[in-house]
Amino acid sequence: MALLQIAEPGQSTPPHQHRLAVGIDLGTTNSLVATVKSGMAVVLSDEFGRPLLPSVVRYDEGGVAAVGYDARARQAEDPKNTIVSVKRFMGRSREDIAHVETLPYRFIDAPGMVRLSTASGIKSPVEISAEILRILRLRAEAALGGPLVGAVITVPAYFDDAQRQATRDAARVAGIEVLRLLNEPTAAALAYGLEHAAEGVYGVYDLGGGTFDISILRLSRGIFEVLATGGDSALGGDDFDQRIFCWILERAQLSPLSSEDARLLLVQAREAKEYLTQHGEARIVARLSTGETVDLRLSMPEMNEITQTLVAKTLQPVKKALRDAGLGIRDIKGVVMVGGATRMPQIQHAVGEFFGQEPLNNLDPDKVVALGAATQANLLAGNRSADSDWLLLDVIPLSLGIETMGGLVERLIPRNSTLPVARAQDFTTFKDGQTAMAIHVVQGERELVGDCRSLGHFELRGIPPMVAGAARIRVTFQVDADGLLSVSAREETSGVSARISVKPSYGLSDDEIAGMLQDSLEHAKDDAFRRALKETQVEAQRLIEAVHSALMGDGELLNPVERARIEAAIARLQAAALGDNRRPLLLAMDELEAESKDFAARRMDKSIRAAFAGKNIDEIVPTGEGAK
Amino acid sequence: MSEAGNFRRDGMNFGEDHFALFGLPRAFRIDLLLLESRYREIQAQVHPDRFVDAEEADRRRSLQWAAQANEALQTLKQPRLRASYLLQLNGQEIDAERNTAMPADFLLEQMEWREGVQEAREAGNHHELEAFHHRLREHLDKACDTLGVLLDDQRDWPTAADQVRRLMFLEKLLSEIDDALITLEK
Repeated sequence: MALLQIAEPGQSTPPHQHRLAVGIDLGTTNSLVATVKSGMAVVLSDEFGRPLLPSVVRYDEGGVAAVGYDARARQAEDPKNTIVSVKRFMGRSREDIAHVETLPYRFIDAPGMVRLSTASGIKSPVEISAEILRILRLRAEAALGGPLVGAVITVPAYFDDAQRQATRDAARVAGIEVLRLLNEPTAAALAYGLEHAAEGVYGVYDLGGGTFDISILRLSRGIFEVLATGGDSALGGDDFDQRIFCWILERAQLSPLSSEDARLLLVQAREAKEYLTQHGEARIVARLSTGETVDLRLSMPEMNEITQTLVAKTLQPVKKALRDAGLGIRDIKGVVMVGGATRMPQIQHAVGEFFGQEPLNNLDPDKVVALGAATQANLLAGNRSADSDWLLLDVIPLSLGIETMGGLVERLIPRNSTLPVARAQDFTTFKDGQTAMAIHVVQGERELVGDCRSLGHFELRGIPPMVAGAARIRVTFQVDADGLLSVSAREETSGVSARISVKPSYGLSDDEIAGMLQDSLEHAKDDAFRRALKETQVEAQRLIEAVHSALMGDGELLNPVERARIEAAIARLQAAALGDNRRPLLLAMDELEAESKDFAARRMDKSIRAAFAGKNIDEIVPTGEGAK
Repeated sequence: MSEAGNFRRDGMNFGEDHFALFGLPRAFRIDLLLLESRYREIQAQVHPDRFVDAEEADRRRSLQWAAQANEALQTLKQPRLRASYLLQLNGQEIDAERNTAMPADFLLEQMEWREGVQEAREAGNHHELEAFHHRLREHLDKACDTLGVLLDDQRDWPTAADQVRRLMFLEKLLSEIDDALITLEK
């Protein structure tokens, strides 16, 4: 080992210090957190050993009532306050949301991004997503035993700037430092490529709960290069559920449904879809609040028929991505399947047929994205070793442009440009003495501004007054490695930097973020409290078990009265451990320890005597056995 | 280590032109494989992923360099952009927006192409469009060979600029054929 470790920025970690970093797959249906332990990427499970966290948040009057499985279990009962698939609302206005009329939520159409009215007040999708991220952060910190340096959070490759910003904001509200936003298919390719030492051009077909991505990557030693990406950020497994749901309504001839019944049938639809991945037919049985009953059988051929347009809809972006990459089907060495929805046989079949080869299913489609994100997080956090040195080169999924005369779009940065990318454009004034101008930035592939997504109005101020056309304002549009846009401007003839104020179209101002952060700080106190409670509960359980096993082993050391007193103290502690209050729990623990103190002393004597028996005093090694 | 020191490595000249950045001769005929491998070497050193926890100034510089390397690669990889860039370095304007005068025989040929494509599109003739696509590709390849002679052998900038404008016509037509093919597939 060298005496002096020469550290370079971005490449420096003292050798013994492993920096805690995680990868988070913030999914439409389920979310996961993974990390690299001893060189291996692993998913971190909850205290019941469950790796997935359903992306469901339930609110009640007191705030967040539940996140995950508990929230999901209550969705049919309280659909208005139980938010599922919140990812579909990130950076989206009400009109952008598919099937909005069938959703049970009370939407509030705020400018840019929709809000939801819940029992606990009005919530933005950013805050709701932050609740999911917060649980994952706590899970990771508990498992790894310390605060995180940061996280890589995955987003669908086809997410636009607004959706990416919203995801970044959610992480901020959840108290997570974002090392990088990573595209989901790229994360999957990383996991696949590293595990199988794959080289060549691969496709990643990623059909999640609410989004579809296709990425074409070239994998070569040490470089993962995205050649093109495409997709549909509003197409996923949920849409298949929706098709089945509509099929049920049609077949069962139901009268208009309450939101509880609608949610119930949607759950049934999802279960039928999952059942059909293994079986030829699914039975759908439900009893509605109106007294009506549903009892239907959905066969695989029928399923294929009602979802075939959805399957076909995923193949259009695949063709486009291949064309953008300048490649043909024959150039593709393998197609990696990602996302739970790729388990559907009709998807497997369609992809196999299109590419003329069996799709690759050798990674768990639920976990691969989180595992890839974890390996990238580990690298970015500075835990680099000889065999973990690679570079990801990703692309921008949608073109960036500015509004010109007549509402037309002038494209500045074409889609599938490798990130980071910067483009400068010169503007001039059209009035004498003009000191300000506005630039409208849009994202999308269409010719008309109205058909693209508005990212923001950038207002330039402080341009030195000159005659019309004399000023040369160079505006630089820069998209960083997270796929996020920033804009800067400079008047070239005078060298004056124009001030730019950004009004993001997606509608979360810095003030709002600050407000959410404030809320989350209050939450953080809750979090710390909950964690302390949890830890004390675990400690109490350990104490109870220790005393129990002592009673089993050495019960003869106690008289019946003493034994009864200890057993009563155990019962009181068990009761206290069920509550939400840490103080009585601590008191009950003290009490049990006090009651069993003599017992512990007697056991100690006994074990010492046993150890002495037939031994020389010198041979006796002090042991740590004793009372707590 | 000094902050700026990270960006001054052998063979990387960010202050100079795109060819110098990749250590390539300033010419139209270049080794594309070498270009790609030099690009990867550079990105491996300057990409923002290498500077996640560096100082703000270094992070900003890494972003700029990486963006510049991307821009340089895109320019040199594509023949028409590479030719335009070479002409620009040699002080020859392409001026495509104002200089639209093309020789009559070229325009006639273009009109014939367009009519053919139009008919195939209206007839929904996928096969015919594919054939047009392949013929046009060959045409483009030949046009690029000519560019190589004009730029590297004859150093005839004005004629080369004229050839670049022709290439722009051909590429536009090719993308229209591709669009028609995509529409037919839907």
